[in-house]
Amino acid sequence: MTARITQPTVSPPVLQMRSITKRFPGVLANDRVDLDLYAGEVLALLGENGAGKSTLMNILAGLYRPDAGEILIQGRPAEIHAPRDAAAFGIGMVHQNFMLVPTMTVAQNIVLGIADLAFVPDLGAIETRIRELSDRYGLKVDPRAYIWQLGVGEQQRVEILKLIYRGADIVILDEPTAVLTPQEAQDLGRILAVMQAEGKSIVFITHKMAEVIAFSDRVCVLRQGRVVATKRTADTNPRELARLMVGREVLFRLDKRPAQPGDPVLTLEAVHANNDKGLPALRDVSLQARQGEILGIAGVAGNGQQELAEVVTGLRPIKRGKLLINQRDLTHCTSLEAIHAGVSHIPADRVGMGSVGDMPVADNIVMKAYRMPPLARQGVLNRRRILDFARALIDVFQIATPTPQTHVKFLSGGNIQKTILAREIDACTDLLVAVYPSRGLDVGATEAVRRRLLEQRDEGRAVLLVSEDLDELRTVADRIAVLYEGRVMGVVNAEEADVETLGLMMAGASDPVIGDAAADPGTEGGRTQ
Amino acid sequence: MKLELRKRESISRRAAIVVPLASFGVSLLFGAILLIVSGANPLQTYAAMAGGAFGSVNGLTEVLVKSIPLILTGLGVALAFRMRFWNIGAEGQLTMGAVAAAGVALFWSQGMPAWTILPLSLLAGCIAGAVWAGVPAILKAFLNVDETLTTLMLNYVAVLYSEHLYYVAWRAPNYNSGTERIPEFAWLPRIAGRAHAGIFIGLAIAVLLWAVFRYTRWGFELKIIGANPTAARYLGISIARNIVVTLLVSGAISGLAGAGEVLGLTRRLQQGISVGYGYTAIIIAWMAQLNPLGVVLVAFLMAALAVGGDQIQMRMRLPASVGVVLQGMLLIPMLAGSIFREYSLHVSRARNQESRIENREDTDRQEDDAVDGEAAETGGANGSSRSRGTGGAAGTLRSGGTEGSAGSLRSGGTGGSA
Repeated sequence: MTARITQPTVSPPVLQMRSITKRFPGVLANDRVDLDLYAGEVLALLGENGAGKSTLMNILAGLYRPDAGEILIQGRPAEIHAPRDAAAFGIGMVHQNFMLVPTMTVAQNIVLGIADLAFVPDLGAIETRIRELSDRYGLKVDPRAYIWQLGVGEQQRVEILKLIYRGADIVILDEPTAVLTPQEAQDLGRILAVMQAEGKSIVFITHKMAEVIAFSDRVCVLRQGRVVATKRTADTNPRELARLMVGREVLFRLDKRPAQPGDPVLTLEAVHANNDKGLPALRDVSLQARQGEILGIAGVAGNGQQELAEVVTGLRPIKRGKLLINQRDLTHCTSLEAIHAGVSHIPADRVGMGSVGDMPVADNIVMKAYRMPPLARQGVLNRRRILDFARALIDVFQIATPTPQTHVKFLSGGNIQKTILAREIDACTDLLVAVYPSRGLDVGATEAVRRRLLEQRDEGRAVLLVSEDLDELRTVADRIAVLYEGRVMGVVNAEEADVETLGLMMAGASDPVIGDAAADPGTEGGRTQ
Repeated sequence: MKLELRKRESISRRAAIVVPLASFGVSLLFGAILLIVSGANPLQTYAAMAGGAFGSVNGLTEVLVKSIPLILTGLGVALAFRMRFWNIGAEGQLTMGAVAAAGVALFWSQGMPAWTILPLSLLAGCIAGAVWAGVPAILKAFLNVDETLTTLMLNYVAVLYSEHLYYVAWRAPNYNSGTERIPEFAWLPRIAGRAHAGIFIGLAIAVLLWAVFRYTRWGFELKIIGANPTAARYLGISIARNIVVTLLVSGAISGLAGAGEVLGLTRRLQQGISVGYGYTAIIIAWMAQLNPLGVVLVAFLMAALAVGGDQIQMRMRLPASVGVVLQGMLLIPMLAGSIFREYSLHVSRARNQESRIENREDTDRQEDDAVDGEAAETGGANGSSRSRGTGGAAGTLRSGGTEGSAGSLRSGGTGGSA
């Protein structure tokens, strides 16, 4: 049993979570987790995906109820059954997906859902109050702006402001930097510092070591639902944190040989395409990926990466310009034609697009190979061969599944990704398009994914790697193209690319330093407008 | 004490059998309440229903008679539903199938060899049904028009058109709601009582569809489209083409049901050619979980329910509507019960510290055999461990008291450890 808490004499914690246990079917998400939070501190909650960080914080925010354990706020037991209860205790959470109404203004969003709001709210007074707060915290938000007019970083600031406005003293941020440019992340750091100085307590969830070091006072490391260590940030280092997080020593370097590029596989010539809303998403994009090289695509989420991947895989029509695969014009191809041309695609949305949760792992693995002999002849499937085929790939890709017949929805995120990887890499003959392939995966699975990409490159295929992780791009890719508002801001060699330069390009500065790094052979342009 | 529904970790085969049976039990209880309120003895009434459906050769053949259109339309609907195309137009497709079959048999038989008329009439029924389903399919595939509305509206068109034919255009002299009799060489042979050879067609199509779903590329693609259309598009499967092809087949099967009614049963196009078979088919398809062999079984039971329901009017002297109400009452728990195929019900009492400690050790052990550390947030599972109820459940009860997916072990199931 948990020891009774003796009242500390100096500054008791504002929040104590005691022996919190939460179980989901087949998984112990939180196992007797203890967590203290003091006034005016930034606590980093570090852990791999699935370590139980989000679950723990969702319990605190009232979205889940713990199976066991208790929460004390200011030393008194607190029953948190719903987000409303959490708000009453001064707890607020900024989720990864923002909860804002795009067609309403900042001020309207901030007061939306406040229980004791007047029937006709005095928006003028509200806006004044918002301005006051945003000045005090350095949040730089215009209360009259509409949400749809704001960038992702600004929307995040609105979310934070919303919590401050409602008087939250404990602010939880769930992976706040995932959607930000490096510069925006630095701004966030400054905002956290002000909030801290105002006496607010902040928990931020992350799996990036650099942020822990840069932002936090203390760090709590979770692994497989348990607290493995709680340390003062000053007393630790990234290497130790990584070891605690993963449970073993982690090699950060990949074994990467120099690229030996061959003929161009993918050629885009001045391609224009629209997004789902019919607005221009790609403007005048010209790129080339050659055999045996990985072309990285950097950019803040929503700057055309998704559309680029869809254009290349035949899922999105091209308005103007040309798409060539192995010099064959596939500008107006269907997704099936792209598949037949040897293009494989690891999509960003692995549950919504990349896999079919209600079908077995084996079926998911053969969802490209099922068309051809030996798995099918004259439209009739050979179930036994399919199973053998799937078993072999489950083995090679080390997919942890109870049986090949287990439905994919019962697998973990990492294993769903491995299932997709198995299918796509097996089917890939010429070009592999990988969109955020390691997003949300733990260190082990990330390593496996990156190694597969390099393996494909070394076997002479072209790889288009879309990623939001600059470290990933710099270690895995050979060249990096930066997209901003659908334009290629420049193409740089991966070895020469530093985070500062890439960050500026991601924010819209066209190729500031490296003028000709991309002037590799070929027709390619390191296009700068 | 609290009740909690929990998502099952894996598909439980036992639940798939036990849940419908338990639901049927609950249905009978609800029905009993209704009967008591109506002043009838429930046991006698149920006995009369069972006797009416299964107690005589005549009853059995009547059950078969009603099974035939229910099986065929049920299969047609199940095929469309398989790819999440909400074809609720089986009624109209059946009616048009009946119209076309009657039309060919009545008016096109001149100058053709007699033996060709039956197959041609059946074929005409198929084509008419296919056209009736094909129109909404094309609208959906190319213009994204909502299929629930179009298929439903076409039902009214078909039924009213058929009325026009048998009341006015094709009406036989001296007959106020029906056409002339179809020539005998176009009759579908009868096998027992009024039951006709359509039953063999229904069974054959059921087996065929089962094999298609399980063993063909087409079936595989339909399943992917139904389960995740975005993934289907990404995998290069043409959704538009599949919608059209599938719905042509779906409509053809329902059209065949109508042709069978005309050629095998009524032998003329007349009033009452469809009495809502196409709507019952929707319930049948759902209850059978879109499994073609399941459709056969459920259709047979529904037919028995209908025949038995007719019997209680006569034998128990209950108003006709009671029989219909009873059928409806019987269905609701069956459909509601399907939630327990996906979820299991847990009952737990107040939290109990002691049992929590006891349970810790095996919790630790179970964690070691978790497949993958990253499982928690993504809701992953390996089906190995869920032994503890909510915070030390004192007693855990699962739907129908049974469950048990492969490899799962639950200490709660052994009873109250408090």
